[in-house]
Amino acid sequence: MTEQELLPSGHPKIHHLEMKNIVKRFPGVLANDHVHFDIKAGEVHALLGENGAGKSTLMKQLYGLYHPDEGEILFDGKSLRISSPADAIRLGIGMIHQHFMLVDTLTVAENVALGLPSSRGMLTDLDKVTERINELAKLYGLDVRTDALIWQLSVGQQQKVEIIKALYRGAALLILDEPTAVLTPQEVDDFFVILKQMAAEGHSLIFISHKLHEVMAFTDRVTVLRDGKNVGSVQTKDTDKRQLAEMMVGRQLKPAKLLDQSQIGQPRLEIKGISALNDFDSPALNCIDLEIRAGEILGLAGVSGNGQPELAQVIAGLRNETGGTILLDGKDITKATPEELIQIGVAFIPEERNRDGLIREFTVSENIILRDLNSGFYSKKGFLDMPSIAERSKSLVAGYKVKTPSIDTPMKSLSGGNAQKVILARELSRNPKVLIAAQPTRGVDIGATEYIHDMIIQQRSAGTATMLISEDLDEILALSDRIAVIFHGEIMGIVDRADATPEKLGLMMAGERIGEEPEC
Amino acid sequence: MWADLFTGSVLVGLLSSGIRLATPYLYAAIGETFGQRSGVLNLGVDGIMLMGAFSGFYVVFLTGNLWLGLLLAIIVGAIMGLAMAFISVTLNAEQGISGIGVYLFGLGMSDLLFQKLVNNVETVRGFQPLHIPLLSDIPVIGEIFFQQNILVYGAYLMVPIAWFVINKTTFGLKMRAVGENPEAADTLGVSVAKVRYLTVTFGGIMSGIAGASLSIALLNVFQQNLTNGLGFIAIALVYFGGWRPGWVLIGSLLFSMVNSLQVWVQVIGIEIPSDIAVMMPYLLTIVVLVISAQRVRQPKALSKAYERMD
Repeated sequence: MTEQELLPSGHPKIHHLEMKNIVKRFPGVLANDHVHFDIKAGEVHALLGENGAGKSTLMKQLYGLYHPDEGEILFDGKSLRISSPADAIRLGIGMIHQHFMLVDTLTVAENVALGLPSSRGMLTDLDKVTERINELAKLYGLDVRTDALIWQLSVGQQQKVEIIKALYRGAALLILDEPTAVLTPQEVDDFFVILKQMAAEGHSLIFISHKLHEVMAFTDRVTVLRDGKNVGSVQTKDTDKRQLAEMMVGRQLKPAKLLDQSQIGQPRLEIKGISALNDFDSPALNCIDLEIRAGEILGLAGVSGNGQPELAQVIAGLRNETGGTILLDGKDITKATPEELIQIGVAFIPEERNRDGLIREFTVSENIILRDLNSGFYSKKGFLDMPSIAERSKSLVAGYKVKTPSIDTPMKSLSGGNAQKVILARELSRNPKVLIAAQPTRGVDIGATEYIHDMIIQQRSAGTATMLISEDLDEILALSDRIAVIFHGEIMGIVDRADATPEKLGLMMAGERIGEEPEC
Repeated sequence: MWADLFTGSVLVGLLSSGIRLATPYLYAAIGETFGQRSGVLNLGVDGIMLMGAFSGFYVVFLTGNLWLGLLLAIIVGAIMGLAMAFISVTLNAEQGISGIGVYLFGLGMSDLLFQKLVNNVETVRGFQPLHIPLLSDIPVIGEIFFQQNILVYGAYLMVPIAWFVINKTTFGLKMRAVGENPEAADTLGVSVAKVRYLTVTFGGIMSGIAGASLSIALLNVFQQNLTNGLGFIAIALVYFGGWRPGWVLIGSLLFSMVNSLQVWVQVIGIEIPSDIAVMMPYLLTIVVLVISAQRVRQPKALSKAYERMD
């Protein structure tokens, strides 16, 4: 083997890896339908697709966690079977999972050494492991303290440990499953520098993502999967974000348009001087004044942790206010219980949908009826009315385009977008007067996001007063009639959509007030 | 009366029996530490101890062979540990409940066998104090530390061995990883099931020895519920010790000393109602657990079954 055949870590390159005609079936689902994928040494290849498109399934077969029903995996032309992660590691494949596979209470060196044979037999050889880590760290520019415990490290540093773990095991090909999801922008930049260097030295990198700007900035080639099938494979330099998005979703995306404001009516929800405490009994909201009219969407923008969840909870009756009043159509609802608010017509899409919006162990239909159990729609004299529950659930699942094998499927086996559609179906099907939507599309793929936006706009047309709480400025700008910005529990100002620019909102989100000081 | 406690001979007796009485706690708690470090909570310790105690006792009762008795206690402990591992690892059962099942089985089975096979108050000649030349003859010190039987020394020897295995071997590293983040261990090719089977079976063996230490080394009898909940205190000691053998040792000594004090208070005839005296170690359990609660974070995967995600 010549010098050029080896990577800096001393392991051989994988010149060409090819997955051919891969078919993988799960009960009721064809997860991969004759999928083709290939990657060369030194290439950064993005695997793009919506949730459930079959990206993870494909990569898990490459890493030996699943086994293909049909098709073959070729290493430099040779067909090989990968029956376990241990096999994959031996072949030079490493995988960095979205949720890091690190043991918090162990040191960096211990995490790297875990599962590897020791040069001292039964005894650990952490000093030798440390030496080798330092060598690798120097070669690849990955500075980490080997004696630090994992929990002491930042997320970015933990990711470096994951990379070292893979390199230590001789990885020539790395599968990176949404690696930037947990990183700050600065950490993302550092991370890309490291990956670019690794690619330049001959490592093959598979980058699973749905962040289009990262795919555009960082990869050489993009393969798009949809519904378990190949949509296409393009050179990154020959494509753009819009084309990729349309390949993912499978249709033209609607251009964003300004909404017609003619149907906006009378003030419906009036929040006057609301103050509240957070879970640690320190002030979270200070004298919030907001008004939302019928048929209007008020966007509440702000950086996470500035009082958004607390405000939503106060309105939904889940947190006590320490001052102020809330009126709905002129009637005081400040002290109303959640049950009363549901009756009056306040719908709530909570920020933490898995914790506050759903019972993950319950079935789809059970989650759909939860909110209306007290109202007698689904029960007769205290007994559940099964036929009407089934009928109602089926029509909502169909009406809100929830992808689920059946209405009796446990919630936890649905994707984020479909789970959110179930919440939407439950909350919107009763035609609420007020809708509080907190981060409605967080962690939801493009197709479902578009659908959720359509539903919110449809509610607006029906006269619902909507508060859209989001940290995503694009979302706020796409949907809102007016935009309020919250900072440190206070409203920094309210601007009309027509006057709003990201720069202006950005300044307000950083604490610049354009309105008057609150008077409380 | 109280002053009688502080005479030399009584103090020596008190400390010497305190050292001795820590034996069953140590075996059981060190064994349980291994299981818990790998993520398995075995509440069946007391039941396994009872089975170990009876089987050891019965063999000695029949044959007089102490080592054969100890061997059977080890085998019975291993079998019950394996059963616990099968239930909680292979069948993924709720660990708290399956442990209670193992406990009740041991409690009932040991009594049933005792009644069928012995059914009498019988004593055996158990392990005798070893005479170690020179050391045993040192006044006071020798009496306290060096006139104990071999199972007592064995128990103390387990402490550094356990520390070494947990912190210095590849198996210990796997065990700590499996108890903390089994998924991560799995992706690195560490078999979660294998590690847990080994630690829980080892815990069973240690519980078996702990039981035998009562029936053929310390008390030299068997009766229904001989352990009297000692196995549960051992589990509490694992928590008190923060899953570290050194601290488990300190906790065991604390309890055995209080136990010994309680015995001597009654022997001397200090007028405390005996019920209250007997209650002392248990009261101390509660107090110590409340104080030590949250001092050390428990293994994150403790009492959680592991199934590979699909």
